[in-house]
This record gives sequence, structure tokens and C-alpha cells, in this order.
Amino acid sequence: MKLKGWKELEIGAIIPEAGNAEQYNTGSWRASRPQWIEENCIQCLFCWIYCPDSSVTVKDGKRGEFDYGHCKGCGVCAHECPGKKGKKAIVMVEEGN
Amino acid sequence: MGKKLAITGNQALAEAMKQINPDVCAAYPITPSTEIMQRFASFVSDGVVDTELVTVESEHSAMSACIGASAAGGRVMTATSSQGLALMWEMLHIASGMRLPIAMTLVNRALSAPINIHGDHSDGMGSRDCGWIQLYSENAQEAYDNIFQAVRIAEHEDVRLPAMVCMDGFIISHSIESMEFLPDEVIRDFIGEFKPKYPLLDIDKPVTYGPLVLTDFYIEFKKAQHEAINKAKKVTLEVAREFEKISGRSYGLFEPYRLEDADIAIVLLNSAAGTAKDVVDAFRDKGIRVGLLKPRLFRPFPYEEVAEALSNAKVICVFDRADSFGGFGPMYMEIASAMMASGSSPLMVNKIYGLGGRDFMPEDAAAVIKELTEILDTGKTGILKEYIGVRE
Repeated sequence: MKLKGWKELEIGAIIPEAGNAEQYNTGSWRASRPQWIEENCIQCLFCWIYCPDSSVTVKDGKRGEFDYGHCKGCGVCAHECPGKKGKKAIVMVEEGN
Repeated sequence: MGKKLAITGNQALAEAMKQINPDVCAAYPITPSTEIMQRFASFVSDGVVDTELVTVESEHSAMSACIGASAAGGRVMTATSSQGLALMWEMLHIASGMRLPIAMTLVNRALSAPINIHGDHSDGMGSRDCGWIQLYSENAQEAYDNIFQAVRIAEHEDVRLPAMVCMDGFIISHSIESMEFLPDEVIRDFIGEFKPKYPLLDIDKPVTYGPLVLTDFYIEFKKAQHEAINKAKKVTLEVAREFEKISGRSYGLFEPYRLEDADIAIVLLNSAAGTAKDVVDAFRDKGIRVGLLKPRLFRPFPYEEVAEALSNAKVICVFDRADSFGGFGPMYMEIASAMMASGSSPLMVNKIYGLGGRDFMPEDAAAVIKELTEILDTGKTGILKEYIGVRE
């Protein structure tokens, strides 16, 4: 991507377009990746509530796969996940493994 | 023609703010600027202005509230001095970096310690690098005239930067002198309506102010800011020409006084320049070719124009009412840069005077001009940076 030059930027670093954080791929920052284990998931949606980057996709009231384009790998979802019968539905896995 | 009144500098600026009728003022009182906001607060409570006056718990908050109000889309003003400006320091950069055209009156006062309430330029010079446009004023009339022009310069499409108008604490702020006011409707037409660029209150067009900008874009924004403040020079002259039409008073980037054929030039800011003009006249009567340059627009600094105005001077003394400890005074550094860049090499000395409001008397100016005549004769400068009017 060609970065804008100084003449092309908005005055005072203002962002005139609402919601454009979606265009910023923060997933590249991740050191560890949350992994969803569907059989342990009770669909409480705590992960969706707690995720600071809206990286838990939800359709028809049910969670689906992570949005790895934006997940920074903070691990909040894995921490909050109650799991089922002592088994977590989200575990953190080191990237590159 | 407007009415003529005998009035203090602070009263003049309070009246000017009344005529500007800003949308929002956020301020915290500090000597010697307090009276401006005290009087303006009366205008607010009497319903003479439509301004939302935000009384805050510190100058840091005052500038923060000004930034918020300006980003929201209002025409915003504040007033301060000395420690107040120092406490605003962090937010001054944010106002200029966000390109918010806030207008401020700065009644110049010394900085602590030791604590001192009187006039010197340590506060204004200390905020030199904060990205604000700075206009300095010799007297109440100039301060009054400058604040309207500052609003226009700050809000100009090519500039969009905050601006401060400076005048000397007590010497001008609390002294009564005769000056001319312009009629309200003339001021209203001159400043026009403020057109905000990205008002936060426009909920149909949501924008973000103050995002994180790192190595990939920060320097591009600073380059844009550098270009914008440099444009303020041309805009200042355009606005001054318009102002002359409504007032009959002419302003430039600086005021040259008997400078054209001067061998000896002195550079003096604000009220002391008025004192020194009489002394220049007295030396001229004796056949000594001395002239004075009184800077007006200090940021952006008009290097080429100043160098051109001083190009015939063989000896220059720059007076500074502020010190950059361990360096030359801030004004000296600008004048030296201007001369160096222009390729001329006059003999230059720097006198630090009047700190903490110490009087600058005609005899002080005379003693320095006499010394400059000796430098002109001998070609030797002696001590380059020296305090004057100080006891041994």
C-alpha cells in the first residue's frame, strides 16, 4: 500500500471516516492465537462481550470462528471462557507452532 | 472612527473579547491577566455576550476545555499569564497539532522561581516551540488591534492554527492610556462568522480527533503544520491590510523605526520599544544614525523580511526580556539566524534587560546606544551577551 504524503492527509490528524479501524489489520501483532474448541463451548458469548477488538464473530446468536485479521491475541477471551465441565472452549496457542 | 477612551490594557482586551463574542471561553485567573476574564465574566453574566464561560480548576484544564470546545466547532478564546501558560504547555501543543484556531491573550509576566508577578517575556518565549502563532504588542491599542487580527489569521483556511496576542504585564495591562475603539458592527464584519472544519457536534459526520500516529505518519503531520504556520506570514499581511481599511492603523510583520539608513540598529519587543523610540530620536538629533526594529509576528518569524530591514546596519543590539539560560536570549537567536541566513554579518550583541518587571528607562537605552557607537568605531564587540540594569 502506498502511504499518503503530507499534502494528502486530513488536517490535524483527524479521521473523517467513522469505523475505519476495520481497515487496520491488527492481527499481525499477535504472539499467541486463541483457538476455539467448539465441543466445549456453551455459547455464553462472554468472549464476544469481553473481546476488546470485536474479533469474535457472531451469527444468529451463536459464536463462530475468530476474526484473526483483527485479533491481537490478548487472551481475555480465553481467561473469561467458563468452558464446559472444567474444559475451556478457548485456549491460547503460541503463534508459529 | 471609533470612540477614544483612556483605558488599561486589560480593559482594552476585555472589550475586544466582548466585541468578538466567542462561543466558548474557558479560563483560570492569574495576575496580571485576571482582570480580562473578570471583566469578561461580567459581560457574560450581564448577557452582553452569548459566550459559554467555563470556569475551571487550572490552566491545564482551561486549555483542555478550549480544545474540546474548538473541536466541537466553536470560536474559542482564553486569557492567561506566566505560570498559567506554563501549566498549559502540554495542551498548547495539542491545540496546534489538532489545528484548532483558538485565540488567547497572553499578558506577559516573569516565571517563578523566585515568584514574581511583573512583566517580562519568559512565558511567551517559553511557549515559542508550541506551534502557536505569536503577535506581540507595544501598547493597549496594538493589543486591541492584534486580537481581532489574530482571530482572522488563526481561522484562515490556509493556516488553521491557534494564536496568542502578547502585551506586557502591568506596564501595559494595568496602565491607563488613550486608545481608539472600533464600533461593534465593524468588528463583527471584520472577523466574520467562524466556519469550523470538522465540528464534533456535527453528528451526521462523525470524526475522530486525537488518534495515535506513529512512525509511519507523524512527521507528515508535522510537515503540514510547518507549512501551515509559515503561511501565516502572508496571511498576517493580508489581514493587516484589511484591518487598515477599517481602522486607519497600519501593521506589518514588524515595525521599523528610522531604520533605513541606520548604521546602528536595536531590536526591542513590546513596551520597551516605545521607550526606546524617544531615545533613538534624541540620538538622531545628534547626527547618529540609529534605528529600531520592533518585532510583531514572532511565530512564524519573518527571517527574510527582518534581514532585509536590518541589511544596512553595521552594529545590531538585540534586547531580550527573557533569558535562555546558557544560551543567547531568544530574540537574539532569531535575529542572528536571520542575518546569518541572509549572508550579511553585522557585529551583534545581546542585552538581557527588564526581567521580573525591572524598569527599562530611557537612560538604559541611551547607555546601550552609546556603547554601540563605540562598537561601530572600533569594530570590537566585547561581551556578546550581557545583563543590563542589574546591581553588582
